[in-house]
Amino acid sequence: MINSSLKELGAALAEKRISSVELATLLIERIEALNPTLNAFITVDREKTLAMARDADRRLGAGLAGPLTGIPLAHKDIFCSEGWLTTCGSKMLANFASPYDAHVVQLMKAAGLVTLGKTNMDEFAMGSSNETSFYGPVKNPWDNTRVPGGSSGGSAAAVAARLTPAATGTDTGGSIRQPAALCGLTGVKPTYGVVSRYGMIAFASSLDQGGPMAKSAEDCALLLSAMSGFDPRDSTSLDRPAEDYRRDLEKPLAGLKIGLPREFFAAGMAADVREAVDEALAEYRRQGAVTVEVSLPSSGLSVPAYYVIAPAEASSNLSRFDGVRYGYRAPEYTDLADMYCKTRAQGFGAEVKRRILIGTYVLSHGYYDAYYLQAQKIRRLIANDFVQAFRHCDIIMGPTTPSTAFALGAKSDDPVEMYLSDIYTIAVNLAGLPGMSIPCGFGGEGGKLPVGLQLIGNYFDEARMLGVAHRYQLATDWHKRMPEEA
Amino acid sequence: MMEWEIVIGLETHAQLRTNSKIFSGSSTAFGAAPNTQANAVDIALPGVLPVLNRAAVECAIRLGLAVGGKIAARSIFARKNYFYPDLPKGYQISQYETPVIAGGSLAIVVGQAGQSYEKTVALTRAHLEEDAGKSLHEDFHGKSGIDLNRAGTPLLEIVTEPDMRSAAEAVAYAKALHALVRWIGICDGNMQEGSFRCDANVSVRPRGSEVLGTRREIKNLNSFRFMQQAIDYEVQWQIATLEDGGRIEQATVLFDPATGETRAMRSKEDAQDYRYFPDPDLLPLEISPDWIARVKADLPELPAEMKARFESEYRLSAYDAAALTAGREICVYFADCVAAAGRENAKLCANWLMGELAARLNKEGREISAAPIPPLQLAALVRRIADATISNKIGKEVFDALWSGEDKDVDAVISDRGLKQISDGGALEALIDGVLAANPKSVEEFRAGKEKAFNALVGQLMKATRGKANPQQVNELLRRKLSDRDVLRPPD
Repeated sequence: MINSSLKELGAALAEKRISSVELATLLIERIEALNPTLNAFITVDREKTLAMARDADRRLGAGLAGPLTGIPLAHKDIFCSEGWLTTCGSKMLANFASPYDAHVVQLMKAAGLVTLGKTNMDEFAMGSSNETSFYGPVKNPWDNTRVPGGSSGGSAAAVAARLTPAATGTDTGGSIRQPAALCGLTGVKPTYGVVSRYGMIAFASSLDQGGPMAKSAEDCALLLSAMSGFDPRDSTSLDRPAEDYRRDLEKPLAGLKIGLPREFFAAGMAADVREAVDEALAEYRRQGAVTVEVSLPSSGLSVPAYYVIAPAEASSNLSRFDGVRYGYRAPEYTDLADMYCKTRAQGFGAEVKRRILIGTYVLSHGYYDAYYLQAQKIRRLIANDFVQAFRHCDIIMGPTTPSTAFALGAKSDDPVEMYLSDIYTIAVNLAGLPGMSIPCGFGGEGGKLPVGLQLIGNYFDEARMLGVAHRYQLATDWHKRMPEEA
Repeated sequence: MMEWEIVIGLETHAQLRTNSKIFSGSSTAFGAAPNTQANAVDIALPGVLPVLNRAAVECAIRLGLAVGGKIAARSIFARKNYFYPDLPKGYQISQYETPVIAGGSLAIVVGQAGQSYEKTVALTRAHLEEDAGKSLHEDFHGKSGIDLNRAGTPLLEIVTEPDMRSAAEAVAYAKALHALVRWIGICDGNMQEGSFRCDANVSVRPRGSEVLGTRREIKNLNSFRFMQQAIDYEVQWQIATLEDGGRIEQATVLFDPATGETRAMRSKEDAQDYRYFPDPDLLPLEISPDWIARVKADLPELPAEMKARFESEYRLSAYDAAALTAGREICVYFADCVAAAGRENAKLCANWLMGELAARLNKEGREISAAPIPPLQLAALVRRIADATISNKIGKEVFDALWSGEDKDVDAVISDRGLKQISDGGALEALIDGVLAANPKSVEEFRAGKEKAFNALVGQLMKATRGKANPQQVNELLRRKLSDRDVLRPPD
């Protein structure tokens, strides 16, 4: 049951082979057993979850169920969820019980999904290893000495350890795809504007995008169909007709043109990752796809551009955490300025402070043109690179990460090294394109660590991208592998 | 002694008359209990996002059209970052590099009747932004309260070039703008409630200098009187400082109405770096020519257009035309009055409106919309004066009767009270004979060359007719009679 697809779970629930309450109870018990080790969840609330499950069972009984009704789902703790603590991985919001639901949470509730809990994450989604969380690091279920990736590391570890069939994540520079790769999952970052950001605590507004993390492309297609759609409360939400992202799942691959960016296959990729990616590409060729070399000449500038734009937006987005209206406030202070300083000094962790400082600096008078404006120009160049590349191919593929999961603490003292773990994913956010990661083999010592293949689609081409991933998953079983612990 | 030139530029925050806030659906009504009109977006809960209110944009377009500014096809909302407890997001959403309106101008009339002059003040820009909340420092015993009802209220900040050369010009501009924003319905203009507040950038320089002096900005002037006083004080302070060999430091100052002085709030060194950057939560504001055309079609005739029309069609002076277009209410009143009285009587309507009616309203502290005499009644009165049924002087008696509400019909007042002017030559002659007979001394004096005695005789006649005698006729007849030696010879 724990390794079942959402389709299978939906069928089991519909046929009353299992109730939503039974399913939720089973998973809560797994969480209780494994979470002390993995630290994937920040908040679990058995009563709230079971109340939702009972409600789902009533709907199932009354024949009012949809394909997802009664299936448990974990939310990254960045999504505001009414009545639940929504901490964003920070001491700053450790006491923040959201009075409202994020748009994504609303939609998932409406689809009948049962909230299983709130998952751990890098503080305010700033990190690539889930080590910046106020609630402590998350362990990679494939190797507890290693990181699960980040920032959606709790969601990734929870799905990988089969503590939940699926989870939500957010991706600002790779925060869905990178942990999906390091934990052996399928994770999708949609085109910017497809998933409403309302109620998703902002890190970098022009880059943030919510998406599903699950075991397969098919599961993700089902979830994305439920969580996407126009939301008038988000001005950057795209007013397009609702889509069924499963529509191209069965589409054959013959004639598909896969673009391989020269820059992604240059030095820097670990040998085990390269091997797995090459093997995956061979499988695609076997299914009738052709690969062509494409070029993204500006992609080398994506990490520096990102680390100007994202901190700039973050420095402003995080200003609301000032101790005045909600969240943490320093217990002692002498005056207003002191209250601000102490509250923010005590409430934010080191990485968040680092990015606020960088962001404040690059927006400062006299530096704005040299940093922020320049970075925006690079961003445009990067987007243009992709537009050019998609003239020659239908989809772009490459590694999701340069290496398999690294050891806990290995990069936490070297922020630049840490930032480079998102080198293949960041350009996609800067361009606003859809991207996903699917498991494509194993590497590391003894071949026990998952490797991710990144798929990058053209704007709004999620359905085709998911179909390309699904055809691969029909022919391989990497996505069905579970860590021993599970 | 050096001669100084005063240079003033104004920044005005006009609160826009929209039902809801600029980026959220909360009500903007004034006076609600603290924090009852602040929703999740206004209090900046984690995860909330702004959505632009199109009604606020429409207000900006109306102003742009009214001042002849350029309405940007594409403008950008930017974040102005700073920390303050009544600024929930830690930034204010405003417009920085690309405002919604660029340029434009406003014509003003400065000074009193008879010695007024016209001037055009150039506008730099107007941009949309949100208001902050309010910090309440009383009633909290060493703490401060925050009321976020006002947070997110739409504002249009209207900025002039440094075109004004006196406090009187600044006040004339502020009044003209105040009238305009109310005229086009984008702001209620309530200065007590802060719906219309001005900051004045004031500097002085030696007359003839091309270089601007260092300016100080007087913040939050919320009455025209305070504006006049604050600028007068500031100018005199700056001149005194310079003449004493001192220097003006750029600063922000506040005006204290109690002392009549300005005092520095913060200097340039304390100036914050607001770290403006385009707000990634909002798309660029795009305004199509179509949208502008729709707003334009809906715009009333503008005060400047009406003023020009009054001057050319009704032959009014610039001062009168400006006064009659200083507000929509007075203008509508005047237009209705002229329509009923006939355009040939427009000047007489203007005189009555700006004379008797304005004085009465002013005395009783009433707005013209609450005048007890509607425009059609005043028009009827004007017609009766124009056709010589009554004299201007008797007109005031009729006006009183109408004002008190004793009577509503001008002709009825005239006939009931027998106020009709005596213009019948025969009747007047008989009356004059009687007056001359009764006042032989005055007649003698007049004949001895005392012109004053003539006036005394007119007075006697008016007294006898209770003011109803046609003054022009009385003059003519009386002179004729007095020059006739046969008349009124003392009885033999």
